[in-house]
Amino acid sequence: MRLTVNGIEQEVSSPPLASLLNVLREELDITSPKAGCQQGGCGTCTVLVDGVPRRSCLTPLAAVDGAAITTLEGLGEPEGMSVVQAAFHNRYAAQCGFCTPGMIVAATALIERKGGPVEREEVIEALGGHYCRCTGYVKIVDAVMAASRGQVAAVEDLPAADESEPDVLVKGSPA
Amino acid sequence: MAVETLVPATADEAATLFGDGEGITVVAGGTILMPLINAGQVAPTRALLLHHSGLDAIETVGAVVRIGATATLEALAAGSEELLARFASEVADGEVRRAATLGGNLCAPPGAVVSRGDLGAPLVALGARVRSSGAGGERTEPIEDFLAGSRSDRLVLGVEYDDGERRVGAATMRRRHAHSYSIANVAVCERPDGLRIGVSGVGATAVRCRRVETSREPVDVLRDVEPVDDALATAAYRREILPLLVRRALDELETR
Repeated sequence: MRLTVNGIEQEVSSPPLASLLNVLREELDITSPKAGCQQGGCGTCTVLVDGVPRRSCLTPLAAVDGAAITTLEGLGEPEGMSVVQAAFHNRYAAQCGFCTPGMIVAATALIERKGGPVEREEVIEALGGHYCRCTGYVKIVDAVMAASRGQVAAVEDLPAADESEPDVLVKGSPA
Repeated sequence: MAVETLVPATADEAATLFGDGEGITVVAGGTILMPLINAGQVAPTRALLLHHSGLDAIETVGAVVRIGATATLEALAAGSEELLARFASEVADGEVRRAATLGGNLCAPPGAVVSRGDLGAPLVALGARVRSSGAGGERTEPIEDFLAGSRSDRLVLGVEYDDGERRVGAATMRRRHAHSYSIANVAVCERPDGLRIGVSGVGATAVRCRRVETSREPVDVLRDVEPVDDALATAAYRREILPLLVRRALDELETR
């Protein structure tokens, strides 16, 4: 089966009913989608499937054969963050960081779908299935609203990825 | 053992591959099945994936509304039928609703600790009929009969209900979240030929409440259903609130 992940075409050999989450993490070493509850309840595994946010833990590989997948890594890099990523950084919207990948992916899709400023209620509705157990919701919602309005300062002094990070992690990823 | 995956391209092909259902695991939206697979509690050997089967259409043919089995809860939430839209939009969140399907909701076995399948209530109220395939071929039956039968050996192809003049009402007791099913749901629909009332969330499946349909006395709902204890609520609590929800749903209907 084939997936295009963050623009790179990949031939994958995981079993057909493996979750997309496991394919990304275990076979492709893309670790921003987190294996949280693995029951569809926490939202941190959310990725874009053909541009639409989906829970990767609930998505069997065989159902997305040939699809284009975008994870947090595909949205931006430490040296060139996306607007939503930069807004999360500017506004301290990540605390422990475990929910952040799903939050940013879902928020990015919301802002693209709306095509303009999003209101508080819309953010709460769109992120309603995403749990932040640090309970940093206020800053998260603020960051998404700011990103949708382009109210984001440039991020210039983000520390470089720590070379001591284990290889399995994507350098600079928020976990 | 390696899993064999079957990906039918049409409804007919899906029905043929399903056969009598023996040894087949149907995979639609995955929202109920995948957690079981992820946890190693279910290990399918032959999986029938419906995502390319063309069973997701929602259409009105003459005076009948037809909804395919793989129509998503998101599509129902955005649809024109008010009762279905209300119940569908109260399930989990957008990302789950985008995957979850009508057929999965009807076929969901009771969970380990709570009942499931909220859409049963509005579909009972609408007088829906379920079209399914399995041993003996295809058949269409009232949804309350389908839900009361052995659902695991049937492949749901879709549901249909008569369009036309009707008034509806609903009342629910629930918390909306992927892990939180409802405590009790009541849906009512009145057409020129009578009133229909569906209740879900209080037992293994949705049921039709014929006694209260006839009497219109909310307390009679307790003669139609036997609420159960589960992780969300006690049977005693459900017995307290169910007549109240019936009253609210009927009151709403009267305002239409």
